[in-house]
Amino acid sequence: MNYSPWSQERAVALLATLREERGAVLIALQLMQREFGYVDKACVELIALTFNKSRADVHGVLTFYHDLRTTPPPPHEISICVAEACQSVGARELERDVKAKFPEESRVAYCFGNCALGPAAMVNGKIIGRATLEKIEAARQ
Amino acid sequence: MRIFIPGDSAAVSVGADEVASAFAELLPDIQIVRNGSRGALWLETLVEVELPTGRIAYGPVNLKDVQSLIDADFLHGGAHPLLLGKSDEIAWLASQDRVTFARVGIIDPLSLDDYRAHGGLIGLRKALVLEKISIIDEVAESGLRGRGGAGFPAGIKWRAVAQTISEEKYICCNADEGDSGTFADRMLIEGDPFTLIEGMTIAAIAVGATKGIVYIRSEYPYAISILQKAIDIARESDWLGARVLGTTNSFDIQIRVGAGSYVCGEETAMLESIEGKRGVVRSKPPLPAIEGLFGQPTVINNVLTLATVPMIMAQGAEAYKARGIGRSLGTQVFQLAGNIARGGIVECAFGISVDELVNTYGGGTLTGRPVRAVQIGGPLGAYFSTAQFDTSMDYESLIAAGGMLGHGGVVVFDDTVDLAVQAKFAMEFCAIESCGKCTPCRIGSTRGAETIDLIIKGVRIDENKKLLLDLCEVMTDGSLCAMGGLTPLPVKSAMINFPADFNGVRT
Repeated sequence: MNYSPWSQERAVALLATLREERGAVLIALQLMQREFGYVDKACVELIALTFNKSRADVHGVLTFYHDLRTTPPPPHEISICVAEACQSVGARELERDVKAKFPEESRVAYCFGNCALGPAAMVNGKIIGRATLEKIEAARQ
Repeated sequence: MRIFIPGDSAAVSVGADEVASAFAELLPDIQIVRNGSRGALWLETLVEVELPTGRIAYGPVNLKDVQSLIDADFLHGGAHPLLLGKSDEIAWLASQDRVTFARVGIIDPLSLDDYRAHGGLIGLRKALVLEKISIIDEVAESGLRGRGGAGFPAGIKWRAVAQTISEEKYICCNADEGDSGTFADRMLIEGDPFTLIEGMTIAAIAVGATKGIVYIRSEYPYAISILQKAIDIARESDWLGARVLGTTNSFDIQIRVGAGSYVCGEETAMLESIEGKRGVVRSKPPLPAIEGLFGQPTVINNVLTLATVPMIMAQGAEAYKARGIGRSLGTQVFQLAGNIARGGIVECAFGISVDELVNTYGGGTLTGRPVRAVQIGGPLGAYFSTAQFDTSMDYESLIAAGGMLGHGGVVVFDDTVDLAVQAKFAMEFCAIESCGKCTPCRIGSTRGAETIDLIIKGVRIDENKKLLLDLCEVMTDGSLCAMGGLTPLPVKSAMINFPADFNGVRT
């Protein structure tokens, strides 16, 4: 994943593009994360100012959604689906193995809609079916 | 000559991109269409060759098979161990009744010409010359019910929005398909996105809405990208915009992407999320049809509901409701998932049995061990045992059997499954995903997981089972939405249908 280094100027310019959007707080946070890889703590105030919300409102949205993070991402991002369909074909064992090997990079997810070819995983945005530790390691290269 | 290699993310997950690249390199003069998947997912990557006599299928094709297929002259249907014969004659597909999924896997998802050549836009053109009320009557008459899980009649919902007077109305498509074991919304969007756009346009014209929003989950990046391209194409071809297909109707569609919250699949939480807020469930009334997005009248329908409307308009309500049984009319797109040998999409009329789906279509488990349990309808659906496999797959029969149809997903487990562990997971998932508004859901889920843990450890089993049932009752009766209200369904069904797993003795 290619992210820009954090820049307040860049953030302000990007947020200005959403000024006409209704209910823009969530998409503003998503835009920050897409650009910089995470939502810098300075974004809360910037978004509050841009969209005339309180910082508490923005903080509330930021902390509600599992996707949003406030620290820079690891160099590789691995998500393992651990929902029921993937559990039925060994997702828990896969999760254990992947977390042991890549503790900083892996997180769990609930469903990529690949439930007939599980276990499913997402590695740096690429979907993996019938996932194994070996396939995940290969996709991480 | 064209060859078809699915760009569907399930196919991509098992190497379709690599297979397509290899063919492109070795056969530079052949046009490769990245179609949707036909839904026989165990055959992915399914490669098809278009011959004058029809399409011939090979599968599952892996990267290592590419050269041998070329050597076997697959471009002319040559013999090969992976040859499956004519695509339309593969029994698993031929026996289905594809209505909503009629074009998925057949057409190039982003070719408007392909779409038109396969019956696209007929429904919308028909709707454009009808009275608005006649469109709604047709949808109501078809018996189409919400495919997201609640099963509410689509026509009644549309009528309520049409009758509410407002300058500003919305069509919100719920594509937050968070249920494990379901992937039909994703496959429809990736394989035939124009159908969804057409269905939304018809809904907009029927109720007088000018803005459409598709709320789609972030876990579906491929679907988001395809749908955005389809919307752009529809805009460029004067379908979406100020003058829909040259008429005075105005309608446009915007995508909003979710942020990893399961509860945002609940319609009012979804509205909050689209408004940029925390995905906290709203109390009803007011119904979203009266006061929905930004307080305006809003149609909220699932992807499959909206995507079925064009066919109903094109072929008429009678043709649609001739299928199905009782009050479950038309077809349902069932999804076979989990530990299953032949998983994928089975679209057929309501009324097929669980056994036919799991054993006849599904071929039993992937592991080859006996089937022990199925969960129908997602994480909030019931666990059934094989003793209940003659149950008919329709809204009413599943409720009578102690479950629900949900979004039509069937997740299969073999005999290694421990239903107490699954019940505990249902509570844990609720604890993770609860929006926090209702106390029984927010706190009850954590207490529920703890209590099941005690049962698993054999601590005061009878007492804790009683406590758990009591807690389930409080959650069912004391939660605003299905998250807290239906989490007891998998828990209680597991206790009732698999009592041996709750006796504390682990093997």
